[in-house]
Amino acid sequence: MAAPAFEPGRQSDLLVKLNRLLERCLRNSKCIDTESLCVVAGEKVWQIRVDLHLLNHDGNIIDAASIAAIVALCHFRRPDVSVQGDEVTLYTPEERDPVPLSIHHMPICVSFAFFQQGTYLLVDPNEREERVMDGLLVIAMNKHREICTIQSSGGIMLLKDQVLRCSKIAGVKVLEITELIQKALENDQKVRKEGGKFGFAESIASQRITAFKMEKAPIDTSDVEEKAEEIIAEAEPPSEVVSNPVLWTPGTAQIGEGIENSWGDLEDSEKEEEDEDGTDEAIILDSLKMDTGVEVSNIGSQDAPIVLSDSEEEEMIILEPDKNPKKIRTQTISAKQEKAPSKKPVKKRKKKRAAN
Amino acid sequence: MEGAMQADAKIRSESGTESGPRGPACSLRHFACEQNLLSRPDGSASFLQGDTSVLAGVYGPAEVKVSKEIFNKATLEVILRPKIGLPGVAEKSRERLIRNTCEAVVLGTLHPRTSITVVLQVISDAGSLLACCLNAACMALVDAGVPMRALFCGVTCALNSDGTLVLDPTAKQEKEARAILTFALDSVERKLLMSTTKGLYSDAELQQCLAAAQAASQHVFRFYRESLQRRYSKS
Repeated sequence: MAAPAFEPGRQSDLLVKLNRLLERCLRNSKCIDTESLCVVAGEKVWQIRVDLHLLNHDGNIIDAASIAAIVALCHFRRPDVSVQGDEVTLYTPEERDPVPLSIHHMPICVSFAFFQQGTYLLVDPNEREERVMDGLLVIAMNKHREICTIQSSGGIMLLKDQVLRCSKIAGVKVLEITELIQKALENDQKVRKEGGKFGFAESIASQRITAFKMEKAPIDTSDVEEKAEEIIAEAEPPSEVVSNPVLWTPGTAQIGEGIENSWGDLEDSEKEEEDEDGTDEAIILDSLKMDTGVEVSNIGSQDAPIVLSDSEEEEMIILEPDKNPKKIRTQTISAKQEKAPSKKPVKKRKKKRAAN
Repeated sequence: MEGAMQADAKIRSESGTESGPRGPACSLRHFACEQNLLSRPDGSASFLQGDTSVLAGVYGPAEVKVSKEIFNKATLEVILRPKIGLPGVAEKSRERLIRNTCEAVVLGTLHPRTSITVVLQVISDAGSLLACCLNAACMALVDAGVPMRALFCGVTCALNSDGTLVLDPTAKQEKEARAILTFALDSVERKLLMSTTKGLYSDAELQQCLAAAQAASQHVFRFYRESLQRRYSKS
């Protein structure tokens, strides 16, 4: 959704880069106290997963993604759990208030775009600026001015004082952003405690002309029953469809006779008996079941097992024709139909090779 | 992005602002829609029904891969992304339903050999998700200016074990219901575009739910009309 170039399901380079950077920023910096997630040492532990959905790409998704991730982690509440000896009790959110994660610090990424070999520097580049920049420097910092991650890409050569200057700017920015985050989190907590409305629904700016709200609307459904009865009375009854399933063996049944086999047109030399019945293109699996499993009781002769393989190099087993083909056909037409087509392709393949 | 997306991570807080128990007369939950909130997609809309919210983005008519090209009409693609985890089979099936609905209304023949992509992102799911996705998709298609022969809306009905009908059910009502039916209706004659159902019901109940959905769709279309009137009130 974020950009027309982002196709679903394809791990683009940008995505991998973003993923790696965020992992380093959040996981390696140990901003979350992972020890507190342990429930029973060596056995049970909480797993935290952050799903980031990029909605709109207008530049600097790294910063936005890092802010979203850390705020989500701060906002998250996990179910409370208590351990008594060997017994672990998990409380639902209704029973006990969920518990927040213990977060040591909040690392936030700040991106710098460089132009003309480091002459010009832009903080928080937008999409157009990103397209023409020479290189990108990302500094992840927390409000205590500790650098959590630093990454320079694009192959630009930076001087030491340039990097120091960037880190100073990053420090200022991170302080502002952290204040904003704290305010938002406090706001949300206050609203929740007072029982007001919260969540995405409230973030829709109702003053905008492009936004519109409608309150609960009651619908009059008193006449639906009459309408429904009318429709049913006027409608034609559905046509009768009678299907006669034939149960061959436990687990193998057949409905319908199938369509005429069209393999008959391919080869000239064919046994005439095999062309007569309207055979269907049965799935090979079906016939395997019939051959290798339980035989139908009224088939007199035994067929040689069919060996099917994709490789044409392998030796194919030549199948003997049925001893009493006609008799079998009258007794168990459908069974023969199921078996015949699967044999046919095998035989035909052999014939083709012989011809070549 | 300030305030635009509060990722709830794992715990979904549904209990907070759940609409109170609705009386025997059916009612639709509180609706809200915001259009054109994303700058990159050609059209975008966010649709809220109670606590369920879906964000839709439309790209089109745009270039299409030669393998997916249709010589006489536009190729419509729908992508539905769940809130948590990777998209699975349930998402694929919903994408197909939404795509069939959109193909029935979008005038694809006006833009042959192009692609129209609808991307839906589930932000929160508190019941009647498919209906919300359909509504968001329609508003986003309108915002993108894709030519359509009619607007469409989605309505979900839930049938309780005692036979009562509930429109626009919440997640709790959906879980307790005997059957859940979702219909997509068009705006011109309120005809049925798509229907998908889960559970056990009789044919009389089906017709009743359909009639109730048609009554509800009137409100939804009125909401669309008013929302668009407001948007284009200042030219």
